[in-house]
Amino acid sequence: MIRLNNIVKEYENGTHALRGVTMKIEDGEFVFLVGPSGSGKSTIIKLLTGEIVANSGRIAVNGFNLMNISDRQVPLLRRSIGVIFQDFRLIEKKTVYENLSFAMRAVGASPRLVRGRIPYVLELVGLSDKTQQFPHELSGGEQQRVAIARALVNNPSTIIADEPTGNLDPSRSLEIMRLLGRINELGTTVVVVTHERDLVNRFQKRVISLENGVVTGDGVSYDAK
Amino acid sequence: MKHDFSYFIREGVGNLFSHGFMSFATVGITVACLLIMGTFSLVAYNAEMLLRTLESEYEILAFIDDGNSAAQTQAIGRRIAELPNVKSVEFITRAEAMTAFEDRTLDDYLRANISEDMFRDRYAVFVNDLNLVNRTADQVRAIVGEKNVRVDEDIAGGFILVRNVAGVVSFALIIILLVVSVFIISNTIRLTTFDRRDEIAIMKMVGATNGFIRWPFVYEGFLLGLLSAIFAFALQWLIYASVAKGIDAADTLKFLDVVPFGSIWRPVAAIFGGAGMVIGIGGSLTAIHKFLQV
Ligand SMILES: Nc1ncnc2c1ncn2[C@@H]1O[C@H](COP(=O)(O)OP(=O)(O)OP(=O)(O)O)[C@@H](O)[C@H]1O
Ligand SMILES: [Mg+2]
Repeated sequence: MIRLNNIVKEYENGTHALRGVTMKIEDGEFVFLVGPSGSGKSTIIKLLTGEIVANSGRIAVNGFNLMNISDRQVPLLRRSIGVIFQDFRLIEKKTVYENLSFAMRAVGASPRLVRGRIPYVLELVGLSDKTQQFPHELSGGEQQRVAIARALVNNPSTIIADEPTGNLDPSRSLEIMRLLGRINELGTTVVVVTHERDLVNRFQKRVISLENGVVTGDGVSYDAK
Repeated sequence: MKHDFSYFIREGVGNLFSHGFMSFATVGITVACLLIMGTFSLVAYNAEMLLRTLESEYEILAFIDDGNSAAQTQAIGRRIAELPNVKSVEFITRAEAMTAFEDRTLDDYLRANISEDMFRDRYAVFVNDLNLVNRTADQVRAIVGEKNVRVDEDIAGGFILVRNVAGVVSFALIIILLVVSVFIISNTIRLTTFDRRDEIAIMKMVGATNGFIRWPFVYEGFLLGLLSAIFAFALQWLIYASVAKGIDAADTLKFLDVVPFGSIWRPVAAIFGGAGMVIGIGGSLTAIHKFLQV
């Protein structure tokens, strides 16, 4: 579960990114987080992953209280969250398979577990025939599916995607969203940041709107100007 | 989570080869540092050993006037033995002194013409610390009289200087060169962390612990240090053995007894290995430290 209570975030240079954000996302939900550029969407994601700390308010993610989380607990928090970015962030000199096994070994998975888990995840994202390819040998949509596979590979309870379709054409974008929807149906909480209104409106899902660092809407459609 | 040794060591070796030339250069410089430290330490060690030999052979002779009774002579011996820097006192009768003189003297005329009454009973006084020998000699003079004391020629002075200088210089050098080599290895590993910053970012993102992220770099540093230590030790052996051979062969240096490498290689190897590991692991920890703050 994700809970933000009156969260304020001011960056060191004085920018007020969040001015009192409150929201609650239950386990198993699928939520779009939308809003214009600079409204504070990425800031929320960085708060959720423990990359930055809020100035005030209360924030809890998957049972971790992020206002006073210890350095030793941060890795555990991150294992409960799979993160996906617009720019994929794959390791260029590793194959698809190696990118995934790298993410698993990094949290101490045994070679046996790695061998068992990766084929299942690649099957799920539809890349079973590309295991030995390098990222530059894949299309953008395929690279993003590798990134999704990597986010899933350690079996997190929550997936957070920051503009996962920002670099993709509309039909690829739809594919990626459908994939995230399917992952949600398998029981994973999914939070997707995007400002593609048309795409959001094709899904009947919860939409949280953000503007200028405050929540301005929470419903099932995106009607931003 | 258990320590995945084979994984970390593979990653560490991979790091070494990912910029082979830098690793090679780092090992080269570290070997040079270790060799300089080692050479000065070995010189200091040899000077120390030589001094100890000199110290154990160095004697102050205190002659006993014939007028003293046996009891008085014994009392003098006891008083000398109680002096602060005195290690031991040996009583030598005039007969023994004459025999020793005859053994040492090759001149037949002299040998034929000496008699026991040309010698006196004496104490041979051995000291603990050659640095203080002059003070000790003065104290002996106070007991047996100014004219009755003979002190060996001052060949020790030069060696004390060599020993002290070599000791101070090698201590300073060891500190400086340790810092230099830690810095150099740290720099090389910083380069690896820079090469691998994307991978480190991903490891953090998926929830790797700092320890896990750190280990491959620690092994890289450890291997750099260990390789350096092995090469430095082999070179040190060669250099030491050839210098020792040169000194043995040189007529003017007959009095220098070089400790054979064979009898000190174990501690030397241990010290080189230890220094290599400290340098390597220290270097990697300082390099990775900043990276893990974020
Ligand atoms: N590291 C930072 N230091 C200072 N200010 C920052 C930093 N990161 C973001 N900001 C500022 O905080 C505000 C919110 O930024 P944020 O990245 O959360 O917006 P966003 O909603 O993700 O925008 P976009 O849709 O363009 O990605 C912006 O005004 C931005 O300039
Ligand atoms: Mg953003």
